[in-house]
Amino acid sequence: MARMKFICDAERCIECNGCVTACKAEHDVPWGVNRRRVVTLNDGVPGEKSISVACMHCSDAPCMAVCPVDCFYRTDEGVVLHDKDVCIGCGYCSYACPFGAPQFPTNGTFGLRGKMDKCTFCAGGPEANGSAAENEKYGRNRLAEGKLPACAEMCATKALLGGDGDVVADIFRTRVLQRGKGSEVWGWGTAYGKPTQATKS
Amino acid sequence: MIHRSTVGLALLALAVAGCGEKAQTAGTAKKFDAKAWESSQATYLAAGWKGGDKAAWEAQMHSRVQGQNEYSRTAGTAPSIAPTKTP
Repeated sequence: MARMKFICDAERCIECNGCVTACKAEHDVPWGVNRRRVVTLNDGVPGEKSISVACMHCSDAPCMAVCPVDCFYRTDEGVVLHDKDVCIGCGYCSYACPFGAPQFPTNGTFGLRGKMDKCTFCAGGPEANGSAAENEKYGRNRLAEGKLPACAEMCATKALLGGDGDVVADIFRTRVLQRGKGSEVWGWGTAYGKPTQATKS
Repeated sequence: MIHRSTVGLALLALAVAGCGEKAQTAGTAKKFDAKAWESSQATYLAAGWKGGDKAAWEAQMHSRVQGQNEYSRTAGTAPSIAPTKTP
């Protein structure tokens, strides 16, 4: 099995925030913490585009690299998780993450910054799979239940895809081809722009 | 006198407010997670699937991810995956 990945299809996302709601409900995410959110570019302008963003479970995760207490780990499926018993809530991961995935709840009576919380790809944490301790700290472990993340499975337009990276990439590619955009939407030209011809001076 | 005791009670309440704080002591070592395909204590396992078998879990994940692909759910409408040539 390849690495678990999310892909969000900007052509399909209708900014309904169903994924955000599904995530919050599934994991009992506390007030003020959003493991997933919908970002809209050019909001209000015709042709606006929305994408759903959470932890991207990076192959070379910067949060892992900067964590001073080394609380992160990566599962066999490529899901980046962390141990809340080791986390000291310093917030370095928050500065390092380009997607704003790490979230910090206010904890306790004095409203101190709590331990980091983020999308787990519905894979829980280091506690026993499906245990009450795991549920309390990290939310539900759907992968251990034979299910995929709630956000992707509940997406009404199937804009958000989650699962084996190779398979979701294939699903997305099939869609793009069906739309008739063809192979120009893949590869270097799309990612980095078309090569410019050098001009003679 | 009443004013003084009120202030005293308020100070006491403030002092014990911290007792509701959850302990946030740093753990000593990182724990090792169980594999996703290993058996789970969860009650709501996917229908027709049982934990403990890696191959079965991977097959389950594969069939589950295809649930997100409407072209595989509506048989006969799947387009060719081969890339088309750009004009």
